Amino acid sequence: MLSKKRKAYIGGMKAAMYISTGLTATLVIFLVAYVFIKGIPHISWELLSTKPSYISGKIGILPDILNTLYIVIATLIFVIPLGVGAAIYLTEYAKNKRLVGMIEYAAETLSGIPSIIYGLVGMLFFCQFLSFKTSLLSGSLTLVIMNLPTVMRTTQESLKTVPKSYRDGAFGLGAGKWRVIRTVVLPSCVDGVITGCILSIGRILGESAALLFTAGFAHALNGIFEGLTSPGASLTVALYVYAKEQGEFGVAFAIAAILMILTLLINLSATLVSRYFAKKREL
Amino acid sequence: MSDIMTAKDLNLWYDQTQALKNVNITIPEKSITAFIGPSGYGKSTFLKTLNRMNDLIPTVKIKGEVCYNGQNIYDSSVDVNELRREIGMVFQKPNPFPMSIYDNIAYGPRTHGIKSKVKLDEIVEQSLRDAAIWDEVKDRLKKNALGMSGGQQQRLCIARALAVKPKILLMDEPTSALDPISTSRIEELAIELKKSYTIVIVTHNMQQAVRISDNTAFFLLGELIEYGETEKLFSQPVDKRTEDYITGRFG
Repeated sequence: MLSKKRKAYIGGMKAAMYISTGLTATLVIFLVAYVFIKGIPHISWELLSTKPSYISGKIGILPDILNTLYIVIATLIFVIPLGVGAAIYLTEYAKNKRLVGMIEYAAETLSGIPSIIYGLVGMLFFCQFLSFKTSLLSGSLTLVIMNLPTVMRTTQESLKTVPKSYRDGAFGLGAGKWRVIRTVVLPSCVDGVITGCILSIGRILGESAALLFTAGFAHALNGIFEGLTSPGASLTVALYVYAKEQGEFGVAFAIAAILMILTLLINLSATLVSRYFAKKREL
Repeated sequence: MSDIMTAKDLNLWYDQTQALKNVNITIPEKSITAFIGPSGYGKSTFLKTLNRMNDLIPTVKIKGEVCYNGQNIYDSSVDVNELRREIGMVFQKPNPFPMSIYDNIAYGPRTHGIKSKVKLDEIVEQSLRDAAIWDEVKDRLKKNALGMSGGQQQRLCIARALAVKPKILLMDEPTSALDPISTSRIEELAIELKKSYTIVIVTHNMQQAVRISDNTAFFLLGELIEYGETEKLFSQPVDKRTEDYITGRFG
């Protein structure tokens, strides 16, 4: 038989557990619902497909959508080869294990630094020292540095999951090191690498602090090459500008809703990719 | 029978630990040579020196010579990839690549530059036939190899090794992860293969050594204790330690 005291204790703990779970769930649901309720009514085709005009007083976020797209593309073009290449070198080739350990530690530390610091450094280095000016390119390069540690670490972790027996089998057939990596190791961990890259798209999409310093606030409609060399606001930066400087909360919430939908889609596609490869391997 | 491989005063260290001590052995061509001995006493380590698989472990240091067709394989002029093509390997646990049966077999030939589809088809079929698994898999060559049973996977790995036309096949306890029926099929296969290949097999199963090998080497604590014709070694061992081991007094 349980004593009364013990029963009360168990009941109290259970209640505390339910309350904390409920509170967490409510907060998340409230946040999502609030943003959607406030934002979705303001999303219109006109908003998505035009640029803002001071003459007509209308606001369109097409330039910001394109700027975001350019930043994502430019960042990935640099960060994937660099991050994956560095990971391959560190896991497969590097002999000095202590140095590798130090680099891994540094990378982990770097990924925890507040992004505003990257923004400051990016501004001084890319915009001023390399004189790329305030531009999407400067912004992208700053995001490259920011995302490099994560892409590198996720790739390294996927490379480490490839069983040694696969490598032994390939080496035993007389394959050289690079061939083993290219034809056996990478294909068996490609899902991890792709998932890492998709998740870093999510981070690029959500970044604002680093871009405030480096990419600027313009809403001009540009092609990709012109766009990269000129200043421009990403969706997150535009959200800040419309809310804080122009008081256009409707537009800000519309952008917020769009960003949330995009993040959801990105996370979903990461899950789908890993599920696709897991299924392919099972056959 | 002429000799195909010779080891001369071979010593090997993992860091500070010596794993092989002055091993001298001569392996005759087109025969099965078995390495027996308790686990962890140098059989597999020695097997892996024969195609330089130990190169992959950074802490390994080797002194001495291993000659293949009169050439020291540890000479700096030797192309390790070409060496491993000629001296193939089958591992303890079946390790097919996570790709189709066809691509598994074609991996070696493709590695060594064969691109023609006709040629590859021919090699794949021949290798699978040689490994006595063609009839079981001919209708599902495009299926993933990981879907096969353990015994089939091991025969696939043997076929994969044969596909690069090696001269020697090193087998590192190839049946230790398999059931008795799969084991006997691999043993039959080994006997069949020795007509065209030289086979060196590590086994901890003494009955297996007796059943299939022509010569047997007994390793203990990194030393080659006794080496000779299998029948003689098991019926009239010269060394007391060999006798103790084969009669089951330790190990």
